Amino acid sequence: MRGTGPDADFFGLSGVEEADGSREMTYLAAIGEALREEMLRDPDVLLIGEDIGNDFGGAFKVTRGLAAEFGPKRVMNTPLAELGFTGMASGMALMGLRPVVEMQFADFITSAFDSIVQFAATNHYRWGSPVPMVIRAPSDGGLRSGPFHSQNPEAWFVHAPGLKVVAPATPADAKGLLVAAIRDDNPVVYFESKPLYRSLRGWVPAGDHVVPLGVARLARSGKDISIVTYGAVLHQALAAAERLAAEGIECDVLDLRTLKPLDEEAILTSARRCGKVLVVHAANRMAGVGAEVAALVAEKAFEWLDAPVQRLCGLDTPVPFSPPLEDAYRPDAHKIAVAARALAAY
Amino acid sequence: MIEKTEPGRKRLEFYYWMRLTRALDERMVALWKQGRGVGGTFSQRGHEGISVGAGLALGPQDVVAPMHRDLGTFLVRGVTPRRVFASLLGRATGVTGGRDTNLHGMGDLSLGIIGFISHLPHSVPVALGAAMSFRYRGEPRAALSFTGDGGSSSGLFHETLNMASLYDAPWVLVVENNLYAYSTPVQEHTRIVDIARRADAYGIPGVVVDGNDVEAVHAVVGEALERARRGGGPTLVEAKTMRMLGHAIHDGAEYVPPGLLAEWEARDPIARFEEKLLAEGVAALAEIEEIGRRCDAEIEEAVAWAEASPWPDPGTVAERVYAP
Repeated sequence: MRGTGPDADFFGLSGVEEADGSREMTYLAAIGEALREEMLRDPDVLLIGEDIGNDFGGAFKVTRGLAAEFGPKRVMNTPLAELGFTGMASGMALMGLRPVVEMQFADFITSAFDSIVQFAATNHYRWGSPVPMVIRAPSDGGLRSGPFHSQNPEAWFVHAPGLKVVAPATPADAKGLLVAAIRDDNPVVYFESKPLYRSLRGWVPAGDHVVPLGVARLARSGKDISIVTYGAVLHQALAAAERLAAEGIECDVLDLRTLKPLDEEAILTSARRCGKVLVVHAANRMAGVGAEVAALVAEKAFEWLDAPVQRLCGLDTPVPFSPPLEDAYRPDAHKIAVAARALAAY
Repeated sequence: MIEKTEPGRKRLEFYYWMRLTRALDERMVALWKQGRGVGGTFSQRGHEGISVGAGLALGPQDVVAPMHRDLGTFLVRGVTPRRVFASLLGRATGVTGGRDTNLHGMGDLSLGIIGFISHLPHSVPVALGAAMSFRYRGEPRAALSFTGDGGSSSGLFHETLNMASLYDAPWVLVVENNLYAYSTPVQEHTRIVDIARRADAYGIPGVVVDGNDVEAVHAVVGEALERARRGGGPTLVEAKTMRMLGHAIHDGAEYVPPGLLAEWEARDPIARFEEKLLAEGVAALAEIEEIGRRCDAEIEEAVAWAEASPWPDPGTVAERVYAP
């Protein structure tokens, strides 16, 4: 069983358990635990992906232990054929199974784009049969991995009717949102954050932990500026908010958690309370999620605004490799603080 | 009236479904020429032997992913001509309730049918997934999918054949080689003469069959499905035929040499089978004519029903994007 023995260290499980049963673990371990518990709970849940057979565990070892525990029928290794195996997963889902497909990197999800946005996403609208599948996509950068191992392609999927899109930023949400995604009857694209895999530890509630799709979380409460964000840069936003508080600027930090459906009420509530909104994401700016948030605030909270909505995003370039270039590309705590100060002074 | 043996009855059943498919197709083309159609549509002419022969080879528990030339398969699986016309005409009573175009998306899992999307090779891995779900649950069922010669040149076709072979899936793929991918002749998109030979590359059986011989199609696909259900793995079937009209209703297909059409007209799957039934004494001409009249009447009634059906309520346009 995972969580004990030599693998415990590898998965970052501390072994410490609080009185309420919650445990501290890495973001990566939380994903693995959600997969394992759902496979134990529901015999229709299975995993499909590259290099997940023979207990290799996939490129990031998220599924290590599961092939040994559940066997090759439920942990299906695939050829390098994202389009084909995602289409295959859609067919399994139509017949009532609940496949969880692993993209080796979110960057490779484009190879499966047709299967996801044309077939799976539209099926229920067209002829009423659900396609309950999850596509896990290890995304985001800051890891010096260059243009094809660092991308945040969520905007393409948010734009596709029929999909749900999630992007957890904490171990608790990584588990709870994945459980909710697996139990949902729609295709869900689950962007997990590579930079958080082993760097972030957090408490995960005991038992059947489900985080409902479509509900944002106020990670920090302020009154001056609403920082709306998601994914790994949430932690940069929280660090910036801490610095800004010392300067007397109090920030809301809203973690969207689900990008589609968007929690409009949470965004508008925070925008109306603070009157100034800064949207931050690591994905590039043009037609990104930040544009949708800004449009929503402009349409429905205009009278409450004291400044134009600002966006701080990845640049509209491919994600560069070399450290000085990638640092110039990505938002970080310093850039967030600078942008927030300027907004506070507006 | 000639007394019927069991095989004779079966052969007349083949004939009935092909005639019904043809009658629906001819009525549809006429409607569109009269301007009573909605959007575009695709003629079935020439494909009846494949869609009916393969469709009737399916077992009751099998699942099929037909494409836009497989009206016969939809019909034999139980989609009524009423529902087909309502779908073609975008009515609320159509299979998709007006949400998808002509035969597209005409899926109904209660009849074992997966609806297709315009990206034709995409039904191929989806049907493989259905087959893999049968394997997963240990059920003796098989899945059948169709694509065209055009679809067989896509990367997805090859990805799926490779996986089907790798996983020994209970799955059969019929390539309907109708010699044209829209305006492009097959020899201009592949050097392969027999697409079935691509099976060799994946270590699975590949069979060429005369797509205008309904009984031959039925036998070949039936054998492949039976092998799949028994755990014998996948088969690639290439059914050779000719698309007798344009790609879609708007397309005059002037690019097709008239001689080629004449050559294939002489091999029409329905006329040929009719001659055979008469020559072999399976049915009398009066019975054949009676079947034709029955089909025409059924189609007339279906058109009237569909045209009298309500349009979808525009207030429902945003419904059903998500499963509840």
